[in-house]
Amino acid sequence: MAHGPAKGLTRWLYTTNHKDIGSMYLWFSFAMFILGGIFALVIRAELFQPGLQIVEPNLFNQMTTLHGLVMVFGAVMPAFVGLANWMIPMMVGAPDMALPRMNNWSFWILPFAFTMLVSTLFMEGGAPNFGWTFYAPLSTTYAPPSVTFFIFAVHIMGASSIMGSINIIATILNMRAPGMTMMKMPLFVWTWLITAYLLIAVMPVLAGVVTMMLMDIHFGTSFFNAAGGGDPVLFQHVFWFFGHPEVYIMILPAFGIVSAIIPTFARKPLFGYSSMVYATAAIAFLSFIVWAHHMFTAGMPLAGELFFMYATMLIAVPTGVKVFNWTATMFKGSMTFETPMLFSIAFVILFTIGGFSGLMLAIAPADFQYHDTYFVVAHFHYVLVPGAIFSITAGVYYWLPKWCGKMYSEVMGKTHFWLAFIGLNLTFFPMHFSGLAGMPRRIPDYHMMFADWNMISSIGAFLFGGAQILFLYIVISTIISGKKATDKVWENPEGLEWTVPSPAPYHTFSTPPEVK
Amino acid sequence: MKLPMPQNPIHALCLKLGALGFAMFAFAVWIMPPIYDVFCEVTGLNGKTGGRYEARVAGVDNERLITVQFLATNNEGMPWSFAPEVQSVRVHPGEQTVIHYRAHNPTGKDMVGQAIPSLVPFKATSYFHKTECFCFEQQLLKAGESADLPMYFIVDPDLPSQVHTITLSYALFDVTDRYPELLVSSAQLSNEATAQP
Repeated sequence: MAHGPAKGLTRWLYTTNHKDIGSMYLWFSFAMFILGGIFALVIRAELFQPGLQIVEPNLFNQMTTLHGLVMVFGAVMPAFVGLANWMIPMMVGAPDMALPRMNNWSFWILPFAFTMLVSTLFMEGGAPNFGWTFYAPLSTTYAPPSVTFFIFAVHIMGASSIMGSINIIATILNMRAPGMTMMKMPLFVWTWLITAYLLIAVMPVLAGVVTMMLMDIHFGTSFFNAAGGGDPVLFQHVFWFFGHPEVYIMILPAFGIVSAIIPTFARKPLFGYSSMVYATAAIAFLSFIVWAHHMFTAGMPLAGELFFMYATMLIAVPTGVKVFNWTATMFKGSMTFETPMLFSIAFVILFTIGGFSGLMLAIAPADFQYHDTYFVVAHFHYVLVPGAIFSITAGVYYWLPKWCGKMYSEVMGKTHFWLAFIGLNLTFFPMHFSGLAGMPRRIPDYHMMFADWNMISSIGAFLFGGAQILFLYIVISTIISGKKATDKVWENPEGLEWTVPSPAPYHTFSTPPEVK
Repeated sequence: MKLPMPQNPIHALCLKLGALGFAMFAFAVWIMPPIYDVFCEVTGLNGKTGGRYEARVAGVDNERLITVQFLATNNEGMPWSFAPEVQSVRVHPGEQTVIHYRAHNPTGKDMVGQAIPSLVPFKATSYFHKTECFCFEQQLLKAGESADLPMYFIVDPDLPSQVHTITLSYALFDVTDRYPELLVSSAQLSNEATAQP
């Protein structure tokens, strides 16, 4: 303990400590979560009533675009990388990440990427307004001039993710403590290992697709321009070849988090550990061969529709294995319902609802009806908000006492949970109904018949947003004035991270622990 | 000479992972688009009709009559008037037919257009052969000029029996900026023409 953190601002600029970098990732991701949430609330405020009241349609489109981009690349992914930074070295008994200086770099380029992305709001012509999926030629021929800034921002985010993934794989494969065999690793480590491989495989494809856009816009190529022999549908194929694995990138680490939390509060070991590992790998493999289910209406032969329909439905099998394993872990357990457990149980239930609407969307003939309606919006928010956001929140409550050595207030935590749970369902459940009734997504105005559901959604959205401000207050007040936490924090939790004192010292496992 | 891998296993692994990243980037930019084009050409998906077809002597199937419909669309910002002279024709598979599109440039400047074909149903794509088509090259129309654009085609006698109607659509794009050399050569030609007398 002779060597503590440096003092002042340069501690954060120059740090190579995985705990410092993990904290910076988490705070950055929370800032982006609030920013993306503000964009979402602009959308919901406009949709509170039919007609145009608050924003211009063009600004509305910029809000939907930036909300998606900021939430996906700014909130969810950095939060998982932050948790990985904090927890993976402690979980595998390593002193730090494998490449600490690259770790610093992969974090510090992110604020620049998002400053660049968000600054497009103040540029002439406005921010990107073509949706987070940026389909060409809408994002090339018809895009505002700021699209070039968007392209470079995506390049930087991609570089950050790839470097982060290389670091995580190198840490997991090379720096485990003696005795920590692959099949003894905590599931959070396993899911992140597979996620990191997915990231290295598809983030370059995203970089490739935006590079092709850049060439089409500025250098006269015709990748996506039919006039020069290109094809706009090619864009959709390349984009979704990235985009579908990307949605699993945003959910696999969540599986790892709840697989750590549920056994602790059910007071039983995780049911079916090895089947969890194989199911994760199976989902990762399947994620590469289902991309065209996003394009059922783009024009595909019957054989293609059938292949992508069945392959997509196949994903329900390994996902079902996981859901049943979590349920079996809780079955006959001595369950208690602390805040992390509440978020985890809500994760299991609500993620399953999102999975079911995903199965409905996978049915190619039915998808023609659902395509580009609020039903799709309801589906992916049900898998991402209770999936990614709830699991991250659960992880923060679960590990926060270990990070800062202080215990949060259980009453406040539960209040946060119930506000978020009610707000989330109020916001997104009615979208199933407005979507099935035919309300199209990404449109600032709508028919009178959708008015009631939209009003409920908007009220829920503001409730959910308010709950996150409470979350911020809880985290800050815990760090400042929480009660002292014990080293174990919970009753008999599993894992190496609970063998170090609370708060975790600046350097842990300088000598590797013995794993039996 | 084979470069040695770094001694440190972490660095060796990172090199491999970084190479994987670069390989995936190359895959997205340089491999996916050509594969996609070849795939579409072989399977006829996307309704992209093939290039020039060498007519071979084949029997005309007088038993079947196929309706071939013609459409024309202008891409956004293309001011030409562009339309087929007939909406549809009925042809026997195997017989060569010619139809004409009319294009007119109403603007005050010379322009180059490019027509991009698309055909439905997709499964008929590889059975629709064009022996001569204006879409094989760019069209130069001077200010106020009109042109008659012929298209010779043969419907293959092997066309699947459930197909009775084929719809061929042309989208006309303004490609003036992409082919400045066409405008230059036409300007030279007209200069020579005026200089001669």
